[in-house]
Amino acid sequence: MADAPGAGGLFLRAHLYLVYVFLYVPIGVLIVLSFNEAGLPTAWTGASLKWYGALAANETIQRAALNTAIVAISSTIIATTLGTLLALGVEMRQKPNAALDALLFAPMIIPDIVLAIALLAFFSLIKFSLGLHSIVMSHVVFNIAFVFAVVRTRLRHFDFSVIEASVDLGAGAFTTFRRVTLPAIFPGVLAGALLALTLSVDEFIIAFFVAGAGPSSQTLPMQIYSMIRFGVTPEINALATIVILFSFTALFLSQRLNREVLTS
Amino acid sequence: MQTSRLQTAVLIGPGLGWLALLMVVPCGLVFVLSFFERGVYGGIDYVFNFGNFARAIDPLYLNIFFKSARIAGLAALIALLIAYPAAYAISRAPRRHQTPLLFLAILPFWSNYLIRTYAWIVLLNREGFLNQGFELLGYQGEPINMLYNDGAVVLGLVYNYVPFVILAIYSSITRLDPEIWEASQDLGATRFRTFYRVILPQTVPGIAAGLVFVFVLSIGNFITPDLLGGGRVQMVGNLIYDQFLTARDWPFGAALSFVLIGIMMVLLFLQAVLANRAQGGGRG
Repeated sequence: MADAPGAGGLFLRAHLYLVYVFLYVPIGVLIVLSFNEAGLPTAWTGASLKWYGALAANETIQRAALNTAIVAISSTIIATTLGTLLALGVEMRQKPNAALDALLFAPMIIPDIVLAIALLAFFSLIKFSLGLHSIVMSHVVFNIAFVFAVVRTRLRHFDFSVIEASVDLGAGAFTTFRRVTLPAIFPGVLAGALLALTLSVDEFIIAFFVAGAGPSSQTLPMQIYSMIRFGVTPEINALATIVILFSFTALFLSQRLNREVLTS
Repeated sequence: MQTSRLQTAVLIGPGLGWLALLMVVPCGLVFVLSFFERGVYGGIDYVFNFGNFARAIDPLYLNIFFKSARIAGLAALIALLIAYPAAYAISRAPRRHQTPLLFLAILPFWSNYLIRTYAWIVLLNREGFLNQGFELLGYQGEPINMLYNDGAVVLGLVYNYVPFVILAIYSSITRLDPEIWEASQDLGATRFRTFYRVILPQTVPGIAAGLVFVFVLSIGNFITPDLLGGGRVQMVGNLIYDQFLTARDWPFGAALSFVLIGIMMVLLFLQAVLANRAQGGGRG
């Protein structure tokens, strides 16, 4: 269905390429700078891994990276389990329910800052302790919604009668889930999990509000924020490069597993 | 197929329970909180009143709402102008190229927001990349300060949300009947006329979705005005942040959050109505 490239077509194509330039040049500049020995955009003094070395030696960053891994992995496991079950339950009901849809859509659209203050107010009202566990619990809230959405698109192409067939053939509910349902939807589940993982690794505001005081529950984005806000050190370019490349890899894998994850 | 109520409850229960406890209840709490007032020594005085909402429409705060709406509206419009032709170009590319092209456009959207915003500090600051470039091109005056103003905030928002608008427009274009192009051209319309008279009106739901999305995410944004506005550009998001973490006036912060959610719900509702109408009309 492609158009013959007339003048209009050429203009459109040129515009599209410019949009990619606009989207990727800022990120590219950061990546290139992270290898600049001087560490500043003022002058290129040669390629070096110096700033990556500084990063590796920085204990605060290491601690934050570990915290982020704990938060992201825990919230991903919980959200993937709950979100997948939700998607199965909602699709099997086959009765549309607008209130349910709205509830499951809300975490994606509610402003971060609002969810952040709501959770902080809630935790402090019930005198719940703050720390990595409260960040995990909060991240699960939005991650459930994303996993649900991804797995649900996968289930649209799933023939529920195979579950019936399996049960008819004498398999129990658990065996059916493990041997029939899960293998069929697994790419969708994994794609949802990878998306959840990146969202959690990158999330800043909610974590910032519900982390509580003290350095013990600082996550990487909180670290990045204070590095940006209170004096830019060249290490941040190296850190930004690692985080961005991690996200891009996870998202690429996610898209490979389930073509509709990011583009639907 | 038959599914028992029990089975559904087991599948849906845990997830809904989590959202109920950690989203619905906290948001309800914020709503309730907004009718109380800040105690003399901080904390909360449990006296029911509408004082916070009255205060929210005080010109001082109303101006911040208007200013946020102006910045968010501008960001949404610019994002649309950039995204529409890009989405259209992707939809006209050979079929096998479309998914990779779209993926490439949407990829940055899912990556770290702080870092994407920080990248613009590197580009725009006085010793930054762009000023270096101007110097190389022969510019000799003082370095230009492009950061910490409304323009930088709008730019940051556009940069972060353009990918989503491309996605929204692209999906509304691909939902059209592919034969519509040929039909229009067979009837003698030029390519431009086909776009202007046939395609554009039918993608209004996508346009609305893109605009509303950027507007909603921008008006409640905290990071972009904070980092690219450098504290000089205050928007609703920063105001709420300040009420909670600096001024310690939680009830007022809660009221501001609810005004924000109210604006958001009205816009989403209008967008849904528009989408429904377009869907109904399209079949006629």
